[in-house]
Amino acid sequence: MDDENAYQSLAAAGGDARWAFGTGFEDPLHGVDDAFPAGLDEAARADLATRCVTLGDDALVSAQRLAEWCTRAPELEVETALANIGLDLLGQARLLYSRAGRADGTGRGEDDFAYLRGPEEFRNVRLAELPNGDFAFSVARLLVLSSWRLGELAGLTSSPDPVLAAVAAKAVPELAYHREYAAGWAVRLGDGTEESRARMGRALGEVAPWLPELYAAAPAGREPVEEALALVASETGLAVPGAAPVPGSGRDGDHTGHLAPLLAELQSVARAHPGAVW
Amino acid sequence: MVSGADGTAGRTAADGTAGRTRAAEETAGLAGAAGAAGDAAERAAERAREVVSRVVDPELPMLTLADLGVVRGVEADAAGAVTVSLTPTYSGCPALAEMRATVDARLREAGFADVRVRTVLDPPWTTDWITPAGRRALAEHGIAPPGPRPPGRGPVPLTLGPVRRAVPCPRCGSRATEEVARFSGTACRALRRCAECREPFEHLKEI
Repeated sequence: MDDENAYQSLAAAGGDARWAFGTGFEDPLHGVDDAFPAGLDEAARADLATRCVTLGDDALVSAQRLAEWCTRAPELEVETALANIGLDLLGQARLLYSRAGRADGTGRGEDDFAYLRGPEEFRNVRLAELPNGDFAFSVARLLVLSSWRLGELAGLTSSPDPVLAAVAAKAVPELAYHREYAAGWAVRLGDGTEESRARMGRALGEVAPWLPELYAAAPAGREPVEEALALVASETGLAVPGAAPVPGSGRDGDHTGHLAPLLAELQSVARAHPGAVW
Repeated sequence: MVSGADGTAGRTAADGTAGRTRAAEETAGLAGAAGAAGDAAERAAERAREVVSRVVDPELPMLTLADLGVVRGVEADAAGAVTVSLTPTYSGCPALAEMRATVDARLREAGFADVRVRTVLDPPWTTDWITPAGRRALAEHGIAPPGPRPPGRGPVPLTLGPVRRAVPCPRCGSRATEEVARFSGTACRALRRCAECREPFEHLKEI
């Protein structure tokens, strides 16, 4: 193979090396020591599976929304950034789904979780599935979700399951970088023109009713979210207004009407051509 | 490798003294044969390490996988079966599958019929794993190498503003550089610009 020309060597290679052209990926936990510690009984494994699915669903749905900014972002650099942040989250989702399928004993793989479940089976928080809306809303949401996820995953670096602990340890610095990126934009918009400031203020108001759902789903994420929002407020004077929570929770399978179309697009090829690789 | 070490420790503890004594007797009795097999395994491992050390990163081809710090081990047994342990850089790095396939292909070309490439997640890779030679190679190719990461594991508090160290320009060495975009052609690189020589350059971010 030719190292200087990646596409040439990929075209010449067979099997797994053609990764750049489509699916047929190996299990992302391929070759990882996947034994469960002796202390994890059946109930603990079921809890582990649930935890991995919820964290995977948050990441997959967020990644899909971030990818939707491609060709629509205000600047080319923003598009690259959001796509790359989505890629990190997609990588986290793949590892988590693979772990979930082992922990729940079904042996389901990443594709089963991502492509072959209906919206009622997803357990992501609803803030992740809301449409991208204004760029300012996407920024506010990214700031909140990355701070919140950072708080939960930082705690999971000491999970009794070594695979989840390792996935979490890997994700923490990535999420800190996402959070910093979003905070930078929140301040830039909040401290920018009259128009950008108004939009950033509106975006914070739109995020507010969904915060209680996050805090109930993962209390460890609350402090980092409040810290991030306080920092933005101190830099821009824009505070998150109080808001009545939206009843229900994505963690219980309650979703907005926005999830089904998102999944329909995400899953369309896999469902039209079951088992296809290309 | 970490879990392998744990497993060994667990077995020794469970076997207790009797187990260790029995193992010691067996080792003594088989010393000659084991020694020869050990030598063959070590020779195979050395040859495999050399093959693996020449594989380059698909997105940063000036770096070998060893320079990048993603090779966590190359082991072989007397029969020539090779196990290579790789660790991913970012959770979503699409290059890992390509690295795995290339390592597998190169080892087979070199005559190893039984190759396993396993993934190791712990301890997580950081840019501190990039070797000094790797850092030099990056700079020679116009990519500013990463600085040391902030100390400590776990979440750092969110800060805003110009807290980052200056990243010197890899072309002219000037420290008068600014960030243009936090993400560049790949997730691991940022785009910067030098105020002195006016050239844009990429920076491998500390993570």
